[in-house]
Amino acid sequence: MRELSYDVVTIGGGPAGMAAALAARENGAERVLIIERDRELGGILQQCIHNGFGLRRFEEELTGPGYAHRYIDMVKATDIDVWLDTTVLAAEPGGVITSVSPHAGMTVVRAKSVVYSMGCRERTRGAIRTPGSRPAGVFTAGAAQRMVNMEGYLPGKDVVIVGSGDIGLIMARRMTFEGAKVKAVFEIMPYSNGLTRNIVQCLEDFGIPLYLGHSVTAIHGKDRVTGVTVSKVNDRLEVIDGTAFDVSCDCVLLSVGLIPENELGRAAGLALDPVTSGAQVDQFRQTSIPGFFAAGNVLHVHDLVDWVSEEAAIAGRSAARHASGELPAAGPERSVTAGEGLRTVVPQRLSAFEPGKMSTRFYFRAAKPMGASLLQFWADGVLAFERKLRVVKPSEMIVADIPVRKIGDAQTLEFRVVPAPEKIEAEDAIEEEA
Amino acid sequence: MMERVVHAIQCIGCPIGCGGEVIVENGTVAEMSGFTCNKGLAYAAEEVVSPKRMVTTTVRVSGGGLALLPVVSATPVPKERIFDCLRLLRGVTVAAPVAEGTVVVSDALGLGVDFRAARDVSPLQ
Repeated sequence: MRELSYDVVTIGGGPAGMAAALAARENGAERVLIIERDRELGGILQQCIHNGFGLRRFEEELTGPGYAHRYIDMVKATDIDVWLDTTVLAAEPGGVITSVSPHAGMTVVRAKSVVYSMGCRERTRGAIRTPGSRPAGVFTAGAAQRMVNMEGYLPGKDVVIVGSGDIGLIMARRMTFEGAKVKAVFEIMPYSNGLTRNIVQCLEDFGIPLYLGHSVTAIHGKDRVTGVTVSKVNDRLEVIDGTAFDVSCDCVLLSVGLIPENELGRAAGLALDPVTSGAQVDQFRQTSIPGFFAAGNVLHVHDLVDWVSEEAAIAGRSAARHASGELPAAGPERSVTAGEGLRTVVPQRLSAFEPGKMSTRFYFRAAKPMGASLLQFWADGVLAFERKLRVVKPSEMIVADIPVRKIGDAQTLEFRVVPAPEKIEAEDAIEEEA
Repeated sequence: MMERVVHAIQCIGCPIGCGGEVIVENGTVAEMSGFTCNKGLAYAAEEVVSPKRMVTTTVRVSGGGLALLPVVSATPVPKERIFDCLRLLRGVTVAAPVAEGTVVVSDALGLGVDFRAARDVSPLQ
């Protein structure tokens, strides 16, 4: 069995793993390795052939493969090692990584720092407990996306989409382009979980109806799916009697949420955030296991890949500094919580600031849609900072930079989103402080 | 006779997603309301007169490590011609290797829009 050593290893070669590896190399890590289980780098971007990626990072609209390509080229221009077709079986505290591949067999790597960048998985029919039979033709939207865009199979011709996540909306258009009839999208919540631009460009453009507040209560069919039963739900998401109707179909696509893929972390005893299902991290993206960092969708599910690249660069830089012994000791940790109006916050704790640090960036998900709002930062129970938000949507991350001087010595940090006292005019709205 | 049509337009320029109205008289925009920035006004004005969309799809690859090559329109396509473009591309097969950016179809249907490869495809090993 081979045994090798590296300064920084990223587990996963998608956008997070590549950006972390590049940042690690740029920040002094001599020996950097990306371990990727697929046949090529790029991760999920390779099957996301639609455009709209990179507006923030590259200031142009790229396709998913186009965005991936930019990073693959950057990785190729360095001496970063890349192992493809290689699956990590375990990553133990202390940095011992066991991997296996068809060409190199079992390999043990000793890493000074490890970056978790494994991405996320789709929630399945089991996760939403949809009753009915178990016929063929029920897929997650992302699985269907890979079939249609990379492998050349059409998973069905009469399609019902459950859930209004972005992948489901994108697949509604994609299936329509490939000649399928998309009959409807059913969303249990009273609002869509997808970006507005996708509702317009993927549904309205093609006259595909979106039913909000509707739940699929049964899936029918013996060998192949033949249809679904749908009912309206009330504000407690309970089915309203007498509202059921049937829709025939030969394919059901599920777009009902994403969950960070943390099996390796869980096996290593990683402390997880119960709401994000990702690791609990500090501002350096260091997890509860010293020398293990996390970035991208394995940490929390993002809306835009641009944010993933940015976050991964933080994790990669921190991993390099940890490898060289320069990362400041964590010191006494301060907790960061998502309060009223918010569902998640990352990072969930703060370690001691680096000298000269002016501000630190936080990422949030809102609990529910709201109009004009205020994002509030409470330090030890005192309102320390407020920022206007013109609109709040659970489908879109809120990003805010909080000045270090506002945080001061506070031990408990809490963020809230509350309705703005009056309508905020466009002129004084602050989108964010990039 | 003057023709006056009111269009309800949902802006897709940014996350705020303003909803507004555009009034078209005799084929030209006469009045707009509800949009809060110049980008939104420009989008709404074009959307009622000549809506356009970027088009992404796949074409077949022969002799490649992948079965399909993703392609993207270099510029937006008039909305009513999207399915014509898709039909055209369905008949296209390219031979591997392919480099990202290669023009797969130039001036599709005389619309002045090129379709380009969105990734590299290496030859089958």
